[in-house]
Amino acid sequence: MSLLSDLVNLNLSDSTEKIIAEYIWIGGSGMDIRSKARTLSGPVSDPAKLPKWNYDGSSTGQAPGEDSEVILYPQAIFKDPFRRGNNILVICDTYTPAGVPIPTNKRCAAAKIFSHPDVVAEIPWYGLEQEYTLLQKDVKWPLGWPLGGYPGPQGPYYCGIGVDKAFGRDIVDAHYKACLYAGINISGINGEVMPGQWEFQVGPSVGISSGDELWAARYILERITEVAGVVLSFDPKPIQGDWNGAGAHTNYSTKSMRNEGGYEIIKKAIEKLGLRHKEHIAAYGEGNERRLTGRHETADINTFKWGVANRGASIRVGRDTEKEGKGYFEDRRPASNMDPYVVTSMIAETTILWKP
Amino acid sequence: MAQILAPSSQWQMRIARNSAPASPMTAKMWSSLVLKQNKKGTAKSSAKFRVLAVKSENGTINRMEDLLNLDLTPYTDSFIAEYIWIGGSGIDLRSKSRTISKPIEHPSELPKWNYDGSSTGQAPGEDSEVILYPQAIFKDPFRGGNNILVMCDTYTPQGEPIPTNKRHRAAEIFSNKKVVDEVPWFGIEQEYTLLQTNVKWPLGWPVGGYPGPQGPYYCAAGADKSFGRDISDAHYKACLYAGVNVSGTNGEVMPGQWEYQVGPSVGIDAGDHIWISRYILERITEQAGVVLSLDPKPIEGDWNGAGCHTNYSTKTMREEGGYEAIKKAILNLSLRHKEHISAYGEGNERRLTGKHETASIDTFSWGVANRGCSIRVGRETEKQGKGYLEDRRPASNMDPYVVTGLLAETTILYEPSLEAEALAAQKLSLNV
Repeated sequence: MSLLSDLVNLNLSDSTEKIIAEYIWIGGSGMDIRSKARTLSGPVSDPAKLPKWNYDGSSTGQAPGEDSEVILYPQAIFKDPFRRGNNILVICDTYTPAGVPIPTNKRCAAAKIFSHPDVVAEIPWYGLEQEYTLLQKDVKWPLGWPLGGYPGPQGPYYCGIGVDKAFGRDIVDAHYKACLYAGINISGINGEVMPGQWEFQVGPSVGISSGDELWAARYILERITEVAGVVLSFDPKPIQGDWNGAGAHTNYSTKSMRNEGGYEIIKKAIEKLGLRHKEHIAAYGEGNERRLTGRHETADINTFKWGVANRGASIRVGRDTEKEGKGYFEDRRPASNMDPYVVTSMIAETTILWKP
Repeated sequence: MAQILAPSSQWQMRIARNSAPASPMTAKMWSSLVLKQNKKGTAKSSAKFRVLAVKSENGTINRMEDLLNLDLTPYTDSFIAEYIWIGGSGIDLRSKSRTISKPIEHPSELPKWNYDGSSTGQAPGEDSEVILYPQAIFKDPFRGGNNILVMCDTYTPQGEPIPTNKRHRAAEIFSNKKVVDEVPWFGIEQEYTLLQTNVKWPLGWPVGGYPGPQGPYYCAAGADKSFGRDISDAHYKACLYAGVNVSGTNGEVMPGQWEYQVGPSVGIDAGDHIWISRYILERITEQAGVVLSLDPKPIEGDWNGAGCHTNYSTKTMREEGGYEAIKKAILNLSLRHKEHISAYGEGNERRLTGKHETASIDTFSWGVANRGCSIRVGRETEKQGKGYLEDRRPASNMDPYVVTGLLAETTILYEPSLEAEALAAQKLSLNV
């Protein structure tokens, strides 16, 4: 057994009280995740007790060289599935030394919306369905696809099993357990319609924690694909042609929607979303126009429509919700590379705070 | 809390000792496959198979195995339920999983779920939800711990079974009082063929050629006679772990072909157990980098096909004088040969030729110890005057819900006219 494995898996709790905290933040593109680790003197469970930190923003496109320090504010703690023991992952957001959120920090504005008393009272729940594609490392062609060619057409792959239908299940299964261990509210996984594409769901989570959990889950996923030697892609339309894109369908409900008579509230909320379709679309992910074509289970990017059990609509309401007169709805527009802080807070803002 | 004191190998040994909180197929069991690959990266012959589990070159794969084998029970009461259903072709299995937050005892405690039927050819896009009703629970041999596999059947939102849902009708037959009273037992012999991944040619066969003719392969051992035993053996243990009623396995007459048997199971259980065993088998071949084929005649020419012989008995057949009931059952079956054949699997006409231990698809025949008949009765059964019969007609890709339901229906519920009965008795020389 190699010495490296011994050391990586060393359980420190017998030798020291100290723990390792991996501080995680979002970089200059809005989609790249960065992290670095530090030692703390003892176990911590409250993010407020963690020290603020800083990093070199000029190396992530977030600050100029002459004034490069960007400050990390710890916001959420998860157990570290790679180091285990008492070690932790810390989701942070990013500020100037003067305490102003830098432009790529979308969490700060979202947290403001989620602390508005009207929004707090409605206890907004989110279920995020994160789709993603696995690519071979050296050629950026999907995992399992023959080089220089294509697999058989879509049909057999959705929830499929077998070596000719499911590519990369180990990554998905390892990710599922790792997230459960970390304390992330992961509710399920499935193989997707395009071969080499998968989905996991996080939720139901309340307010800002939905964004924190999804970013933590994305971090864990990319650490796992790193180990597996496979490239992770959140591109919304990785392969042109008759192949599904990748989305991040956002399921949403408020207290009023979950109570008796909620269906009326749902319909009003959908109406408001329809009036702000362009604003939402602009914030729902780069490159989404390649994905929202009206085909492959999407609605065209310029059209807003909703329907019960209709996967070709912008908003889908489940049959159960229609039947019981209360429940939730699914916004199918966000792309897989959306920022969950932006999307979740915008939906709350439009449906609860905005008056047309 | 689980103390990860040491490297992966010790972690695996610790799992093996705690057999009570059941451990998954640990990396140690799979490592025999993986390590063969890691040894200096030597090229492997086509007789062995690649592990498709993704690997990296720099040796850090152990971390992923740790995660796959993670026992979550110290950290959470939640567990993972893999919901399994049959897709639009009637033979493709689909599954997805969800987290369940509190312990359950019975499938009825699991929530109904739904899936995108438009992606499996089972619903249109504008009305795509198909509902999953949990019907049977098994332990998950891949995730271990308290995680489960759930066999489901499929309904419209209004509660109607969709056309590919064959379980519903079978369950109706098996709850008929006359059928319940007869306690129908089934022993199903599932044959299957293993194919190489990129060429769809059987495992172990030379690409562009053929192995030596059939003869040496049935129940054989040896690198030149047995191809893919690890899959068969891993499957056997995985099924026993899961709670599937596997009764045995053997290498088959055609090289690269195998068989396992499930039973005796009562009524609807037979179908549930066969489908779960097929799911587990395809998950294992997925890991092994080999294609699973349930085609009834994978290679044309002087090569056996693959069947799903169904052994069957009722209470009356198993008791003193049961041989009379067996003969009566055979009589009934002879009168409904066409109905059964049309439900016994797609492509069966390529297999039931009258050669290679089958009876011709158009002829109904029966005999003691006769493998060239539609129905075979064992010598023991004849000698003891009671026992069971073997229906050799079903193909390897048959739907066990359909076949078991039909056997029960034809032999217990169906009443032929006295005239038809007498005529058939004469034809088959049966004194009933």
